[in-house]
Amino acid sequence: MQTTLEDPAGPLLEVRGLTKVFGTLKACEAIDLTISRGEIHALLGENGAGKSTFVKMLFGALEPTAGSILWKGRDVAITSPSEARRRGIGMVFQHFSLFDALTAAENIMLSLDDPAPASAVAARARDLSRTYGLPLDPNAHVGDLSVGERQRIEIIRCLLQNPELIILDEPTSVLTPQEADRLFETLERLRSEGRSILYISHRLEEVKRICDRATVLRHGRVVAECDPRRETAASLARMMVGDEVQPVIRDKPAAAREVLLEIRDLDRRASHPFAVPLAGINLAVHAGEILGVAGVAGNGQGEFFEAVSGEALQERPDAVRIGGKDAGRLDITGRRLMGAAFVPEERLGHAAAPFMTLSQNLLLSRHRTDARAFLARLGIIRGTIVARAAERISAAMDVRKAGDDPEAAALSGGNLQKFVIGRELDRQPRVMVVNQPTWGVDAGAAARIRQALIDLAKSGSAVLVISQDLDELFEICDAIAVMHGGRLSAPIPVAEATYEKIGLLMGGAEPGHAAAPMAEAV
Amino acid sequence: MFESVLITIATAATPLLIAAIGELVVERSGVLNLGVEGMMIMGAVTGFAVAMLTGSAWLGVFAAILVGAAFALLFGFLALTLVTNQVATGLALTLFGLGLSGMLGESFVGLPGVRLGAVDIPVLSDLPVVGRLLFGQDPLFYVSILLTAGVAYFLFSTRAGLMLRAVGDNHTSAHAQGINVIGIRYLALLFGGACAGLAGAYLSIVYTPQWVENMTAGRGWIALALVVFASWRPWRVVVGAYLFGGVTIGQLHAQALGVGIPSQLLSSLPYLATVVVLVLISRNRRLTMMNTPASLGRAFVPDR
Repeated sequence: MQTTLEDPAGPLLEVRGLTKVFGTLKACEAIDLTISRGEIHALLGENGAGKSTFVKMLFGALEPTAGSILWKGRDVAITSPSEARRRGIGMVFQHFSLFDALTAAENIMLSLDDPAPASAVAARARDLSRTYGLPLDPNAHVGDLSVGERQRIEIIRCLLQNPELIILDEPTSVLTPQEADRLFETLERLRSEGRSILYISHRLEEVKRICDRATVLRHGRVVAECDPRRETAASLARMMVGDEVQPVIRDKPAAAREVLLEIRDLDRRASHPFAVPLAGINLAVHAGEILGVAGVAGNGQGEFFEAVSGEALQERPDAVRIGGKDAGRLDITGRRLMGAAFVPEERLGHAAAPFMTLSQNLLLSRHRTDARAFLARLGIIRGTIVARAAERISAAMDVRKAGDDPEAAALSGGNLQKFVIGRELDRQPRVMVVNQPTWGVDAGAAARIRQALIDLAKSGSAVLVISQDLDELFEICDAIAVMHGGRLSAPIPVAEATYEKIGLLMGGAEPGHAAAPMAEAV
Repeated sequence: MFESVLITIATAATPLLIAAIGELVVERSGVLNLGVEGMMIMGAVTGFAVAMLTGSAWLGVFAAILVGAAFALLFGFLALTLVTNQVATGLALTLFGLGLSGMLGESFVGLPGVRLGAVDIPVLSDLPVVGRLLFGQDPLFYVSILLTAGVAYFLFSTRAGLMLRAVGDNHTSAHAQGINVIGIRYLALLFGGACAGLAGAYLSIVYTPQWVENMTAGRGWIALALVVFASWRPWRVVVGAYLFGGVTIGQLHAQALGVGIPSQLLSSLPYLATVVVLVLISRNRRLTMMNTPASLGRAFVPDR
């Protein structure tokens, strides 16, 4: 394919001492990495390890502070994404870089350098989608497509450039297990054509399954290079996170319990064009139980959380019941006063006001439930008591922060998440509802949060966890229900649940098991 | 009578249409320039002065276009290069334009201007009813229709238009695709400024060939509202512009006929209509969300 003077046997890409500094933070420090032709190379690391920064430099979206990139043996400066593409480097982004308001074909056209007419682009895209088994409708508006379909557009867009190196940034984090299998087949096909793939992930099993080599990053540095097939998932995890992770301990669930959170025939119309309507959702969470809601992103989990938390009110008061009483017509504060606590998905801007301090954020969510402790007469804030409570929460959840009472936005994602969860746990709520408790949180903080949820359930509260992370749900839940297209399956006890079973439900398969309520199944 | 009413509606609608179509392109690229009124009034005073001093209406028109674009360039430097707040910058631009035009135009108040006359396409303009309406208008009327057609074709049938829409939809993704976000936004702004300047010249050279302070009288704001009214679709701007033009003229005739309503209330009709229409439009959320440029008004700073 290449007709140049370069050594065809040499590595395709060699990176030497690549460094990126943001202010005082060294996001990447002297990274060395070599990718041969026709290999799938894994780049492993926790969130915040510097993986995304590193690949953005390879793709020309960020300028390295120091170091060199050798492409086919020659020192090159990649100054823009379009130059990276010209040289034969393609990228599929983690947070898709697609345009919702445009069609699939228009999205593809935008990344092509030659101004081909729309019909020709659509035809080429159709050919490629057939060759690689990636079904695609060129005229569909991206805003209407599922995440899996969007990813196919990204991949086809990338393949149209005929790249020699394809960078995939956490491609399976949004896919069902079955969709992921299809992706792996596509990747193996690409490898057999002699293309190289840089595969970024923190999912160890899939790295072991498809990757030929792995480079492990921690805190911006390369800590190991290995053949993932010769490693175990545990040994890879140790390389990634060091010794910071403590295993989560969980007891058997107690028997015979009262229902603390109940959802009855919950329906909700879509509130905007991209929202998912909810239909006929039934659910019961018992005292001492952790119930998980699995599902691919964008299947109604956000809408469901809003309905349960009271951000959106229900038409019937008995659609949501807390502690045996109707709560469907009550707002968030009303439901909190009944003993419930809620942690939404987005930390900054939803769970916490970014530019207010931790103690102010604490007061914002608990000024009614803890009015007696936090407020004096006429609603005057007792600053010292609030500050002391914030300090207590930080200590209990091991929140690492600079200064006594920093702004929420100054904390790292994991530490802020520990704080917003600790803020609710501190109340000892009888019902706790959490959406994506550990999304984008490092392993140490995630383990701490999971353990805290388990301890809360052990103390007799009902916990509902909505998460895309199946490993997490299997680790902490007593039963898992699956949300797909705005509907919720009956919960499956973890003892009976398998990844395959849950994965099929996530992909929209009909629930094969009896729709028996959880209480009878145990 | 009926024919002449229709023709006056067209002259009332044309400046709105020209200014709105320019702002539509700007907003499609994700920039909210609230300085339309300021750029328009600067176009009006420049157009009038140059036309009067040179005796050539066309030179006045071109000067107005240049001044409008220059003002947009100023906005671009502030809002795109220095990343100032777009709303505040646009408001400042309007206030600046109103003040500066008043000062520059002081010596021109009350002087007779140069009019850009109507074209007369022979034979066709003698057709009954539609003859003068379609074939005997001033040249800028035809320019406004061509502009609309050109913008519609550009946005939805060319690669450059696709890139512009992409920048307006998601500037981060556009940047990751290697599209020059800032460059495209500058070009869109220049076009929008040129259109606003042209619309201003229309007022002081075609509509009423004279200079009066504040003669745009809020038309720049109506043009801004029209863009939302049209849900960022070019041909709907035409509908909106003629609707508002009709209300303006209708209000004048109602006053002339001595309808027993205070004239101030009648003059406020177009603005009232704007509010009503905006309320009606925002009720249909699907329509607005599918067409609204998602990056509208958001600052873009590439992280390099």
